[in-house]
Parts: sequence; C-alpha cells; structure tokens
Amino acid sequence: MADNSKQQEKKESLSRRKFLKSSGIAVGGLAVGGALGSLLPFKEKTTNNPVVKNQQVAENYNLALMYFTREQFKMVEAATERIFPADDNGPGAKDLGVAYFIDHQLSGDWGFNSREYMQPPFFKGEKVQGYQGRLRRREIFDIGLRELQNHSLTKYKKNFVELSEEEQDDILTDFAEDKVNLTTLSPSGFFNMLRSSTLEGVYSDPLYSGNRNMDGWKMRNYPGSQMAYTEVIDKEFTVIPPKSLKDHLGH
Amino acid sequence: MAKTLPKVDVVIVGVGWAGGIIAAELTKQGLNCVGLERGKERKTEDYFMMHDELRYALRYDMMQSLSKETITFRGNERIRALPMRQYGSFLIGEGLGGSGVHWNGQNYRFLPYDFEIRSKTIERYGEKKIPQDMTIQDWGITYDELEPYFDKFEKMAGISGEENPLAGKRSSPYPTPPMKTTPALEKFRKAANKLKLHPYNRPSANLSEPYTNPDGVSRAACQYCAYCERFGCEYGAKADPVVTVIPVAKKTGKFEIRTHSNVRRVLKSGNKATGVMYVDTTTGEEIEQPADIVVLTSYVFNNVRLLLQSGIGRPYDPVTGSGVIGKNYAYQVQKGNATGFFEKEEFNTYAGAGALGMVVDDFNGDNFDHSNLNFIHGGSIAISQTGLRPISNNKVPKGTPTWGKEFKANSIKYANRVLSVGGQGASMPFKHHYLDLDPTYKDEFGDPLIRITYDFEEQDRQLAKFLSDRCVDIMKEMGADKIESMEELGPYDITTYQSTHNTGGIIMGADPSTSAVNNYMQMWDADNIFVVGATAFAHNSGYNPTGTVGAFAYRAAEGILTYRQKGGILA
Repeated sequence: MADNSKQQEKKESLSRRKFLKSSGIAVGGLAVGGALGSLLPFKEKTTNNPVVKNQQVAENYNLALMYFTREQFKMVEAATERIFPADDNGPGAKDLGVAYFIDHQLSGDWGFNSREYMQPPFFKGEKVQGYQGRLRRREIFDIGLRELQNHSLTKYKKNFVELSEEEQDDILTDFAEDKVNLTTLSPSGFFNMLRSSTLEGVYSDPLYSGNRNMDGWKMRNYPGSQMAYTEVIDKEFTVIPPKSLKDHLGH
Repeated sequence: MAKTLPKVDVVIVGVGWAGGIIAAELTKQGLNCVGLERGKERKTEDYFMMHDELRYALRYDMMQSLSKETITFRGNERIRALPMRQYGSFLIGEGLGGSGVHWNGQNYRFLPYDFEIRSKTIERYGEKKIPQDMTIQDWGITYDELEPYFDKFEKMAGISGEENPLAGKRSSPYPTPPMKTTPALEKFRKAANKLKLHPYNRPSANLSEPYTNPDGVSRAACQYCAYCERFGCEYGAKADPVVTVIPVAKKTGKFEIRTHSNVRRVLKSGNKATGVMYVDTTTGEEIEQPADIVVLTSYVFNNVRLLLQSGIGRPYDPVTGSGVIGKNYAYQVQKGNATGFFEKEEFNTYAGAGALGMVVDDFNGDNFDHSNLNFIHGGSIAISQTGLRPISNNKVPKGTPTWGKEFKANSIKYANRVLSVGGQGASMPFKHHYLDLDPTYKDEFGDPLIRITYDFEEQDRQLAKFLSDRCVDIMKEMGADKIESMEELGPYDITTYQSTHNTGGIIMGADPSTSAVNNYMQMWDADNIFVVGATAFAHNSGYNPTGTVGAFAYRAAEGILTYRQKGGILA
C-alpha cells in the first residue's frame, strides 16, 4: 500500500507538471489564469513533505454534538446503521460518523431551512407541488425520533436502540411504508429524510464529519476530489486513491 | 424617497451570459453601461474548494436563496398554485455570471426547423397535425439569418466539437476539436452506427485544448475533473461570462457592475422606459438608475415578472389567447431515457466533464417522419459523462430495496457499472401554459412571485415514450446486461430535477399581436426596452438552450447599437 501510494504520488506530480506545460497557464491578453495558479504549490508542499505526513493524527474535537440530545444521537446512530449497515464492503453509517454528520447539519442552514421559502400561508398541496409543511428539519427530526421511540415502545415494549436489528428494521419499515399513524408529519417523509441524509453522511467530503477516513468513497472506488482526470478519462477502469478537500488546502 | 443617480446610456438587469455579451459588445462601441446584479461578485479563484458535492450540488450554494424569492406552481388553473419551497425541477442562479457559471457547457444551435416550426410542420403534414391548443408559431427569423451570431458566440466561447450531419449549415468549423472520447462514449458511437444513426461528439464549452478567442481572452484546457453542473470551473476551462465577456467589457472602462443590486421595477414614461429602480440589498436603500436604453437579461422568470409588475407590455390572457407577456411558457421533456447495468465491465464514470457526451439527432426536430406519430418535434439522444458523484448516484436494479444490506451491496457493486442514455425532448407551448403574477405569495420586498401554470400534455407523453424506446434500442446495442427505462412520463413534478431550461414568456416574432419582441429582442410596445434570453423562445427545442441564447444576445447587441443611432422599431 505504501509503495502504491508513493508510485501514485510520483505519477501525479508528473502529470501535474505535464498539465502545467500543456495548459498554457501563462496567458496572453486578459488574465484568466484560474484558481490553479495558487492551488498547485500548496499541493506540492503537502505531498512532498514527510514531516507533515508522519505527524501524529491530532485528536478530532469535532466529535461532539451541536444539536441532538444524547438519546437522539444514539437513535440516529442505530437507525442510520440499519439504512447503511457494516458489511463485507466496509464500515456502516455508525463507523463512518453519519450521526455526527446529521447532527452538525441540523445545527446550520439546512436544519433551519434557512435558504428555503418558509413564508405563509401553508396549504396542503398536490404531491407534484413539493413540501408544503411549516416544520423545519430540526423540528422534523425531533418529532420523527420521538415517534420512532413511541412506536418501538408500543410495538416491542423497548427503546429503539435496545431492539434487535430485525426489530429495528421492522420499525423503520413501518415508517418507510407509512404504516404508522402520525398527525404531525408524514412517517415516510421523515424516513426519506433520514435515508437521504445517511447517504450524504456516507459520501460527502470528510470535512463534514461523515465519510470517516474517506472509507465511504474507498468502498466504491470513488477518487474524491481530484484536480484532473486527463490521464484516465479515455482509459479502462482505473482505481485512484481518494483525496479530500483538505488535501487541497495544505496543512 | 429613492435616490436618483446620473443617467447612463444603457442599464443591464442581470449579468449572466446575455448581460455579459450585451455589455461587452456595447462598451466596445463606446456606450456607457451599468450592470445590476442581485447576487455577489465571483471570480475563478473562489472555486478553490469547489469539489464539494454536498455544498454545491445538494445545498445549492451557487443558487438563489429561495427564502428571498421563489416561484409558485400549479398544474392547471383549477389548482391553487403553491410556492416551490425547496429546489427540485430546475435551479435558479444568481451572482456574477449567473447560471452561466454553473452550467454544463453543452452548447447547441437550435435546428432550422425550430425557427419556422409552424410553416414547416404545416408544409409537410398539413394544419391538422397541430393540436388546437398548441400555440406554436414561427420565430420571425430563420436559421440562416441567425447563423453569423451562432458563429460569433461559439468563437467567443471556444466551443469544441465536430460536424453534426443533421444540423443546420455552419459557416465555419468549431473553433476547437472535440473533447476526448471515453470507452463509454465509444460504446454509444458503435451502437449508434450499427443502428444507422449519426453519432457526433457533443459540442462543448469545456475546452478540449487551450484557446485564445477573438477578444484576446486565453483559457486553459478542461481537466475532466467531473465538477461542472452546479459548480464553477477552477481552471476557467469552461466558458462562462466571468472568464470571457465580462472582463472584455470591464477593460473598456465603460462597464460598471453593481452587485447586490436587485431590480424591482422598470420605470417608464409613456411608451418608453426611463430607467430602473433597484434595491441595494446590503443597505436596503432604493435607488433609481435612469438610462436611455433598458436591457433585461435576468432569468426567464424575472424578466417576465419585472415587466408584469412594472405594467409594461400586454399581459397574456389564457382565456382569449390575447396579450403576450407570459405567453408560451415551455420547458423540456427530459425523462425519456434508459439505464444499463453492466455486469462484466466498470467505467471511469467518476471522471467527466459537463459537456462530455455523444449525441444523435436522428429523432430530433423534423429529422424523421412524424406522419404516423402523435407528436411533433423530437429530441436529441445522448450518453453523457458528466461525472457520477457518489451522494446523488446510487442506481440499483429494480427489485433492490431502497435501504439496508442489499441496497448497500448493490449500490456499491453498480457504482461504476451503470451507463445511461437519455433523451432531451422539445417542449411545445400550449394555450394554457403561461406565466403570471401570483395573487398570494410575495418575495422579500412584498412584490408578487411569478406563477407557473404548466403540465405535460399528450404530445409530451408520446414524445417521452418514443425517446425512451429509442434509448433502449441504443442501450441494447451497447450490450447492457440489464436495461431499465421510463415507462410513463406522468405529470410534471416540480420536486425532481429535470433541467434548468425554462423558456418563453416574452416571445419573439414577426407580428406584434402574437409576440412581445421582434427579432432583435426589442419590445414592440416600448422600443427602448430589449429583453434578451430564453424568454424569447416561442417554444423549446430538443437541445440545451444556451447556444441559442448566446446567438440571440449578439443579435440583440447589434440591434441596440443600430437603435442607439437611428431610434424606432428595428424590424
């Protein structure tokens, strides 16, 4: 693996040089050089500096909660693990940090629906007209998780996190298929939000606390954030070790 | 009381492709232009952290915040229109360069058939071929008349491509050669050839090689990084207004751009505009900018909304079919497609470029016989390799659950084993598809939102199914082990992304009673207002619209310069 990545580095710095040569960065006329003028030296520094590379991994202070209660967090961890479980391919949602991802997302714009139109009046619409509710995502999670707990208690007399995997699947299926009667929100609407944010947590840049160690990307051979694919674009399938946005910033 | 600024020659509302082109062409000829842009300043250096699917593709970082303004939608007049509270069907850009910054760069010319659609349809099939409520009309211009402007736009942008045997005649070849061909595209080409179709590399604004345009702007070649649509290009390799026409306009010293400037009204006196009123969104101050000529170059919805709430032009009446502002709203029939699962092969589909693709036009426009078909027009059919990003691309064969163990296993197994062939269907206008002001919902200033009344028609359902079947034919020939395709179009749904190809509302034509602007995009009812963009499309073709919008902008610029000298209605 170490040899591989060394080779990869060599290949990349070669292709970078080649790219610089072929792309005509020294532009005549108006200057439209692009962001890459400042990008490349940064990258060169990180990949070629063994000191930076061998440093101890600093403790990750991001693994704390911004919105969920401890109970909610445990439930989200358990539920998302059922949506995207650990298997032979690699880690599941829990080990990928998906619950942290969702927690952190709920604390910002997304959780408050702050870039969405939330003005009244609110009317029930046709399905093709999209979401017309007044609840914001953090409220939907609060209510949805509470109802998930209630349903578990009603059906199995246990908290959701204490259920077996099969029982948890059963509870989640009831939500996914609208087999739970709720007055405040759509059970499948909540489930779909849980499902889509699970995939976001699995596959977004590790910057957002999910996709830990880029393991989500590695499982499906997704190379993450690469500067260029000119060398492979017209070739047969090629596996490239992933890079994250952090790799572009230097240290 | 609004502050009034000194008068300028031209005020441009919205600085995207159309606004940028107009600014470059007018300032080169010495006119003083002010560009009002409601969003923020942008430059290539801002795209340093661009490869972020969550932030840009799913949280819509480059798009207008819907909290400030959105549209309302209903399928027909019997339904209450409700606001589009979250993004779905299309995305509304804002900021310098507009949607031109985060487009894919798929650059086409509409077909000769498009511009004379009514005459040519009647000529070949008779008048009965056109359903009663279908309001297609000729555009008041021909492909041949537009050709020089297509050429100009393509040379400015450096479009990469190769001859398409089924398109209109070109006066010169593409400025740069086609992009690279990938194994997936090669499969499509072979299959299409075998089916006796005419495949060609998609015309691309992602440069295949370094290029210097006639304005002296040099740009680097595309790196196939796979982050085009919804993203800005960190190389400047994708033609966008910020790296092409805007710097040219700025260099003249005659173009002043004011960002964070949201125009609320076109001001008028009698039959002429006197300027615009806008809000500086950083201070809340209302400002009047007087001008000799007003050019509206914002997106389709805002161009229409501005005219309607300024009381300019004759609003469209869907009952009588009279009036023109808001008429012939059209969209795109995007869902006719086929997905192929390949068991024995993986592809580098994580890599790509926005416009990287292979296309056939054998079923587009009137390139095929419609005598026995229940629709007119058609669509381009293409394989695209824009880059499959992992959050949004988790295709699994039918029968796989949408979550859990099996979903995970299959979504990973097929992550690099899925190819899609898709049709981009034309969209015909109907009498009851239109834009007007919503009676209930307001924007952040208290102005009414624009309301869309639109649904798919039998024409669209037939077309989508036809395109879907053709996509399946090609996918079979490509050797997919499993093929899934669209069975039924269903109603128009604003929640799923289809395309940001909304058109019409201020359409172009030769007759002032049925069109809002002439073929220089000059308003029949106010000769010093030019409305430039896809608003002028009398219907939408089976292609991406930007190439044709670009040509229109060059045409309009020429018209504005003539008007500046001679005055009066141009056409």
